[in-house]
Amino acid sequence: MSTPQKINKSVGKPISRVDGVEKVTGKAKYAAEFNVPDLAYGVVVSSAIAKGKIKSLDTSDALALDGVLQVFTHENRPKIAWFDISYNDQDAPPGSPFRPLYDATIKYSGQPIALVVAETFEVARYAATLIRADYEEATHETDLEANLHKARKPKSGIASLLKPPPPKPRGDFDKVYEEDPNKITGRYVHAAEHHNPMELFATTVVFEKGGKDGKGKLTIYDKTQGVTNSSMYVSQVFNIPSDDIRVLSPYMGGGFGSGLRPQYQLFLSVLAARELKRSVRVSLTRQQMFTFGHRPATVQNVALGALEDGTLNALCHDATGETSQFEDYTEIVVSWGGMLYPPKNVTMEYKVVPLDVYSPLDMRAPGGVTGMHALEVAMDELAYNLGMDPLQLRLKNYTDIDHNEDRPFSSKELRECFRQGAERFGWSSRNPEPRSMKKDHNLIGWGMATGIWDANQMPSRAEAVLMVNGKLRVSCATADIGTGTYTIMTQIAADTLGMPMEDVLFKLGDTDLPFSLISGGSWTAASVGSAVQEACQAVGKSLLKLAKKMPASPFKGVKWEDIEFADSHLRLKSDQSVAVSLQTLVDQNGGKAVRESVTSLPNAFKQKDYTRSAHSAVFAEVMVDEDLGTVKVTRVVSAIAAGRILNPKTSRSQILGGMVWGISKALEEESAMDHNFGRFMNHSLAEYHVAVNADIHDLDVIFVEEHDDIVNPLGVKGLGEIGIVGMPAAIANAVFHATGRRVRDLPITLDKLL
Amino acid sequence: MNSFTYTRTEDVDTAVLERSSEQTSKFIAGGTNLIDLMKENVERPTRLIDITHLPLTSITDTVNGGLRLGALVTNADTAYNEQVIQRYPLLSQTILAGASPQLRNMATDGGNLLQRTRCYYFYDTATPCNKREPGSGCSAINGFNRIHAILGTAPDNSGLGQPQCIATHPSDMCVALAALEAEVRVTGINGERTIPFADFHRLPGNTPNIDNTLEPGELITSIDLPAKGFPKYYAYLKLRDRASYAFALVSVAVALEMDGDTITTARIALGGVAHKPWRKPEAEAKLIGKPATKENFQAAAELLLAGAQGFGHNTFKIELAKRAIVRALGQAAKLEPTA
Repeated sequence: MSTPQKINKSVGKPISRVDGVEKVTGKAKYAAEFNVPDLAYGVVVSSAIAKGKIKSLDTSDALALDGVLQVFTHENRPKIAWFDISYNDQDAPPGSPFRPLYDATIKYSGQPIALVVAETFEVARYAATLIRADYEEATHETDLEANLHKARKPKSGIASLLKPPPPKPRGDFDKVYEEDPNKITGRYVHAAEHHNPMELFATTVVFEKGGKDGKGKLTIYDKTQGVTNSSMYVSQVFNIPSDDIRVLSPYMGGGFGSGLRPQYQLFLSVLAARELKRSVRVSLTRQQMFTFGHRPATVQNVALGALEDGTLNALCHDATGETSQFEDYTEIVVSWGGMLYPPKNVTMEYKVVPLDVYSPLDMRAPGGVTGMHALEVAMDELAYNLGMDPLQLRLKNYTDIDHNEDRPFSSKELRECFRQGAERFGWSSRNPEPRSMKKDHNLIGWGMATGIWDANQMPSRAEAVLMVNGKLRVSCATADIGTGTYTIMTQIAADTLGMPMEDVLFKLGDTDLPFSLISGGSWTAASVGSAVQEACQAVGKSLLKLAKKMPASPFKGVKWEDIEFADSHLRLKSDQSVAVSLQTLVDQNGGKAVRESVTSLPNAFKQKDYTRSAHSAVFAEVMVDEDLGTVKVTRVVSAIAAGRILNPKTSRSQILGGMVWGISKALEEESAMDHNFGRFMNHSLAEYHVAVNADIHDLDVIFVEEHDDIVNPLGVKGLGEIGIVGMPAAIANAVFHATGRRVRDLPITLDKLL
Repeated sequence: MNSFTYTRTEDVDTAVLERSSEQTSKFIAGGTNLIDLMKENVERPTRLIDITHLPLTSITDTVNGGLRLGALVTNADTAYNEQVIQRYPLLSQTILAGASPQLRNMATDGGNLLQRTRCYYFYDTATPCNKREPGSGCSAINGFNRIHAILGTAPDNSGLGQPQCIATHPSDMCVALAALEAEVRVTGINGERTIPFADFHRLPGNTPNIDNTLEPGELITSIDLPAKGFPKYYAYLKLRDRASYAFALVSVAVALEMDGDTITTARIALGGVAHKPWRKPEAEAKLIGKPATKENFQAAAELLLAGAQGFGHNTFKIELAKRAIVRALGQAAKLEPTA
């Protein structure tokens, strides 16, 4: 028996990213950076019209250029899958997924109509400008507000499992609202937004001869939030045996939901590689980043009624979102009020209007940040109507029961978020009077709002291997979309087997690794984290068996519950001196590594009686120039209750990212559609405004302690979305407090305050 | 982007000769706008003549007490030049309100004058644009025109009929240069000439494809600042959709001379509102001999915006510009804090 070196647990510590150095030194490679010999380059040609047919496509000038290999169009594309189901992916809404180069039909502006492939990128890009498309235009509809009369209930499908329609009305809203002494109503209009991750969408397909069907083997470097999603899509659409496809995505330059579905450059690059029997890369341009999924434009109405004491007893929330003509994209916009508050008379409705646009796509806190903006501005309005402090109104209507489902929350430390957030912010000294604080030309306002987001867990597989050199390799085909997955999985694995983090290598983003779903919905930490923990525990159990087999083993008859892993040793809980090193144990395994794979499933039996959510309380201060309308968010405190915090440093970064985007969404972001063309026009990072450093001032994050042994074995709730949810409403409410003007539409640009 | 020839020249005369002998060639210096436009297939030069090695990279005194900015001095070097900071703080401040540090490090002073509009439609070859393709129509007039012009959009023929173009000139620096009444020195195949700043950029009229009054082949060699630099009473106020790295919705450069409370000289130039930096002598004259009061500022603002026309999304700019003028005058006259 050796004398163990003390190893501190890493979970709960502010550990820096394990991939940080790779990223900042440029060693981390992204999809468009994997180079192979003989690579050909594809450039996409996009449609100029929003609806109609391609009458003719003249590719002759492009094909005549030296170095052009082929121009793929709907006229010469190879045979691809016929049925819609083949084009479905893990995040596909009900409908008929878009098929690139399928036929002459134009369904939206910017639709890919040709792929030019050439020996060099420069030649391909030039050739793309030489392609002449002649269209037969049809009348398009892209204006949500002008088409609200076409609103209808969305179709349901597999996606509806995670995005259920709003609950049925309860009580009698109309009657109670009518009689309520205090009531407010408001209409909220949101512009469409695009994800705009810094990394452009790109795919590099490496083609090798051979394969099961003799048509080649593909190694695909794709920008995606789920390699298994890309792999299944390619396999089904092109009818390629899945063994002949390997998809890798070790790093992602920002996801935010944009990579939840396979984008068209994946389809096009695979098509070209198979036809040309060559490796091909297709990168989209920034302009083309505005030619696929986006956060839908929405119109919402909220009405709230309350008794004199502030008891909320009537709530009506309806929303209409745009969708495409081919899929019914939905999100949960209107259900949150029934979860967060206990009014007895509730009606909620959600509808879609199909327009000639690409299908919308989940974007950070899809639906949640949209609906909670309207709901929480309405709550602020109601508080003013009642002459009550906005925080007091929330506390008055606090509930531990989700009334939509009539079941308790697995945990809800929102009250503590309110308390700690308000204290840190200094909320109690707020004068409720609008326009009561001023400095020079600046009106100062304080506003607050609540945030909520689902704490889901999905099935995931993981493998853990204690190698003969005593190091641990853990793997799962999940993604690190910039959130810190590499780091927290390394921490979980290290702690589960009592090892130092340096001895653990976590691998992800590769379809050769154990299966995982797309990384989204704030579920990766919970889902993959649970699988990693279980895989490491399985290795631990095998190690215990090996320990028992050792000659004169002190572990004979010892049960799993009696041991622990610490300091790279397996030891008795009752007597820590009875310990054996992990290296010694793996040495007992006949020269083989100790390898275990698990499938981790959510414990539905335990979870079904509870609603599982993360919560936040956001307090914001703004300065509004009273003459010029400019808004500056000078200070925000965000108090988060999200279960166990695995890594305060990466967690804080996640929340800060959400807060920054919240400022951006509240004040700046808008994909400007020209309805004459049915085309988004501000398709560059110069004109699509996201917050810059100069917009960001004092941001403060508090993690409130929250214990939850129902939500998942780790007790964690995801942090991807909760950071943004409460921000727009808190800022809008602060703008009201500053100016006395209730701006219900986003973004709150200066012209709305003149 | 089409394929093109690249050449580099070491002296001004050769550069001008090369440029003049190939109509479809372009000078390239910092390239911060031209390269973008080439990537978007908006600019399609057959030859790029690299002028970055021409000896136009210094800031020197002029004989009449002014300052000469070589055309190839970068925006960053200009903004942080001691002489500029001391004598022309308005110019320094204005340059720093534009773009980003990275862009200012590459962009040249001459190039700043020649940057093209940021009109969405000009950049998108799928849409008609009279500036890009004369005669194809203006998409902005009935389109998304939040960032577009409110002044000087009238067509030729006594201003009757639809404007041909409602694009704005995007520069910040040029707004200050207009207020300072700089001169642009150029060399062409027929020799040198000097263009007063007010005459350098032009209104769109019926030929919005032409941004300025340079003759084909002419090269900017310097921007000459007059002796009067307004180091005491000045302000640049830029209003935009975020705090940095955004073009002005409206910007105002103000330069004043004061005798006690009384305004003795006034220059007001607006950015983000027209095809060129916008000045109106009547509005400035209105302030001379008057005390610096909000009422007088408002009167000047009304005059400056006289005839302004909105196109829907940008109509707010009319009121915003008026308020911005009042604020900037107040700041320049030190009645208001500048923060």
